[in-house]
Amino acid sequence: MRSRGTTVLILGIGNLLWADEGFGVRAVEELHRAYEFDDDVRVMDGGTQGIYLVQHVREADILIVFDAVDYGLPPGTLKRVEGDEVPKFMGAKKISLHQTGFQEVLAMAEMMGDYPKHLLLIGVQPVELEDYGGSLRPEVRAQITPSIEMALEFLAEHGVEARPRTEPLGEDDTIASLEMTLGRYEAGRPDERNAFRHGDARVLASEEWRGPEDFEAEIERLVKTRAT
Amino acid sequence: MATMQTPNGFNLDTSGQRVVVDPVTRIEGHMRCEVNVDENNIIRNAVSTGTMWRGLEVILKGRDPRDAWAFTQRICGVCTGTHALTSVRAVEDALGIDIPENANSIRNIMQLSLQIHDHLVHFYHLHALDWVNPVNALKADPKATSELQQTVSPSHPKSSPGYFRDIQSRLKKFVESGQLGPFKNGYWTNPAYLLPPEADLMAVTHYLEALDFQKEIMTTRTIFGGKDIHPNWLVGGVPCAINIDGELAAGAPVNMDRLNYVKGVIDRTLEFVKNVYIPDILAIGGLYKGWLYGGGLSSTSVLAYGDIPDRANDYSPGNLMMPRGAIINGKLEEVHEVDLRDPEQIQEFVPHSWYAYPDEKKGLHPWDGITEPNYVLGANAKGTSTNIIELDEAAKYSWIKAPRWRGHAMEVGPLARYIVGYAQGHEYFTDQINRTLRTLDVPVDALFSTLGRTAARALEAEWAADMQVYFFDKLIANIKAGDTATANVEKFDPQTWPTEVKGVGFTEAPRGALAHWIRIKDTKIDNYQCVVPTTWNGSPRDNEGNIGAFEASLMNTKMERPEEPVEILRTLHSFDPCLACSTHVMGPDGQEMAEIKVR
Repeated sequence: MRSRGTTVLILGIGNLLWADEGFGVRAVEELHRAYEFDDDVRVMDGGTQGIYLVQHVREADILIVFDAVDYGLPPGTLKRVEGDEVPKFMGAKKISLHQTGFQEVLAMAEMMGDYPKHLLLIGVQPVELEDYGGSLRPEVRAQITPSIEMALEFLAEHGVEARPRTEPLGEDDTIASLEMTLGRYEAGRPDERNAFRHGDARVLASEEWRGPEDFEAEIERLVKTRAT
Repeated sequence: MATMQTPNGFNLDTSGQRVVVDPVTRIEGHMRCEVNVDENNIIRNAVSTGTMWRGLEVILKGRDPRDAWAFTQRICGVCTGTHALTSVRAVEDALGIDIPENANSIRNIMQLSLQIHDHLVHFYHLHALDWVNPVNALKADPKATSELQQTVSPSHPKSSPGYFRDIQSRLKKFVESGQLGPFKNGYWTNPAYLLPPEADLMAVTHYLEALDFQKEIMTTRTIFGGKDIHPNWLVGGVPCAINIDGELAAGAPVNMDRLNYVKGVIDRTLEFVKNVYIPDILAIGGLYKGWLYGGGLSSTSVLAYGDIPDRANDYSPGNLMMPRGAIINGKLEEVHEVDLRDPEQIQEFVPHSWYAYPDEKKGLHPWDGITEPNYVLGANAKGTSTNIIELDEAAKYSWIKAPRWRGHAMEVGPLARYIVGYAQGHEYFTDQINRTLRTLDVPVDALFSTLGRTAARALEAEWAADMQVYFFDKLIANIKAGDTATANVEKFDPQTWPTEVKGVGFTEAPRGALAHWIRIKDTKIDNYQCVVPTTWNGSPRDNEGNIGAFEASLMNTKMERPEEPVEILRTLHSFDPCLACSTHVMGPDGQEMAEIKVR
């Protein structure tokens, strides 16, 4: 069992306005609708906030982050990275799309001497990001439930209880944005004729950066380099 | 073209070597900058480019105007509340909705809280490292640092030699672990860093203190906005009810306990700004006062929309506690009235922006704005459209439009607000400015500089902290007089709306004048245009060839080492640029280090 006074933060990060970038926020929204927790477990929509998140990370003994992560894996793949691997890998290659932001948040927490004891990153490889105003792609949306299970398993390992709600909360009971619930967000989208949906052509077509070919080997190499 | 003079008075010379900084680091969003330096490493041409497509405008079409604030709040990670406030004001203006006095006071407290929060985080966590060298801080003598601290801020309690020794060893551990964390990617051996080790250690210590303190500032917005970390906003007022004697419970109305908590935060904020932020600015400013580059447009063309209405629903200049006005041609004795509705005043141009207009010789007022992307590189650009080596500024070269006030490129932001206030005889601002100039022993002209911009931001945080006290007292007095209204829902129902209306909402965001223009047709958003502060400051050239504020500010700056653009970063950071209208990061690899190319 976890010791008394252990606090848990379950954080979804990402930008709801850029298709699969919204994964983290959508996942924690869903988690909150389906489960309830004790008061010392916080489920939070972190959006694209950077330094403003530092205090919440500092207060957490156990931190779970949901995010869209570029692992260089097939689109829609769900992947967990745990403990020290999270920031280390983040520091070497851009895996999280908020890498600069969130890696720095972690570094700042560490500098303040309040680094989370247990850290889990649950990431999904995005299918589409360059669709401004768009929503999650089916492959990514399908990973919400498995990603929640991943988090629950981790919580259980650390003695944190998640109680399924007898009746899941309705769509409007969101911890994120009531005005931007998935239903409202998708139904209200202007059509393509009226609204240019794409990103910067320079980026869209860029061939310069690819995720690592062999993710596991890359991780291993980094962790080893680090240890010596 | 090797040399030319711009209509706004800058001599551009493109003959020297080109330095490319991409991306400009420690800012929100993504930006690229190219300069030409002469044989003495003095910047003779500057090109600033927003490399991120943004167009919030187009995803709002057809949506419910009452929800627009929530979308605008998600544009980026720092201006959240300011965008939300601007958006609800635009809708209220369009529909003629008056808000209660309490809502006005609460919005002002939230907006001021955000200003202070943003200014603090900007200075300590994004900008300080342009002046402060954390690696050099390792050489400091803790005892001498303690003496320095007690000299610059006698009332600050954290000043013992032991305290600084502690921080220094923490820092040392960090550096020795090879993991500089937020301090990596610095040019720590560059001679542009002038502080003695003790000042560096003091500043790094305050970096940590500010990081710790900023968590408190947020709570004000959480209490009134009901939600951490994306507060709620409401067309017609604020979403929190007030019941002074109510019980403390989740979702319950704001009661006296919570108000007292807010008061505590306000008092501690004022203390932090006065004991730490202001003294640091004076101490660091004093050691850099010989470095007065970066003035750019500030001495000639500045613009402020104004903000913080004293009484609710009156947005006329006389009622705005943060000043409003435009100064052009350097004539401080003549402050022009600014009208956001006048189609002749604010116009956006696109001949050098990646957008298409039917007639690009003309600018468009935001109510008639068009956001139609058109990404093409100029004939003289080097590289390919997906890998630009060098931009051609004679053609289209930025995702930022070029807004102009009566044809003039303008600087916006804390310094612009302070110059407008100073020119209008704003008493509080004038006293602060005079005090600062006296302490640093510099002439008024010193204001028009990178350092002036950085100092104005600190002075503004002090003013905002005092204003929070004013509006808190006003709120309490009004509640005690029996008025607990916080929202006017009379026109919340779309059935009460006219078929076609338009409105404009404005604020002063931490980084400058911000406005949203909205057209509502058949209860839905028909057109939505945001002109954000960084659009003003980071604007590319216009149809006349006027350069924008970022570009102007870099002109004639001497670089110590062109391959280490400390000076460029220093000046660009002083604007607190925010180009993050989304978060997609586009660096070709995961390195945060900016790519610097000297050609």
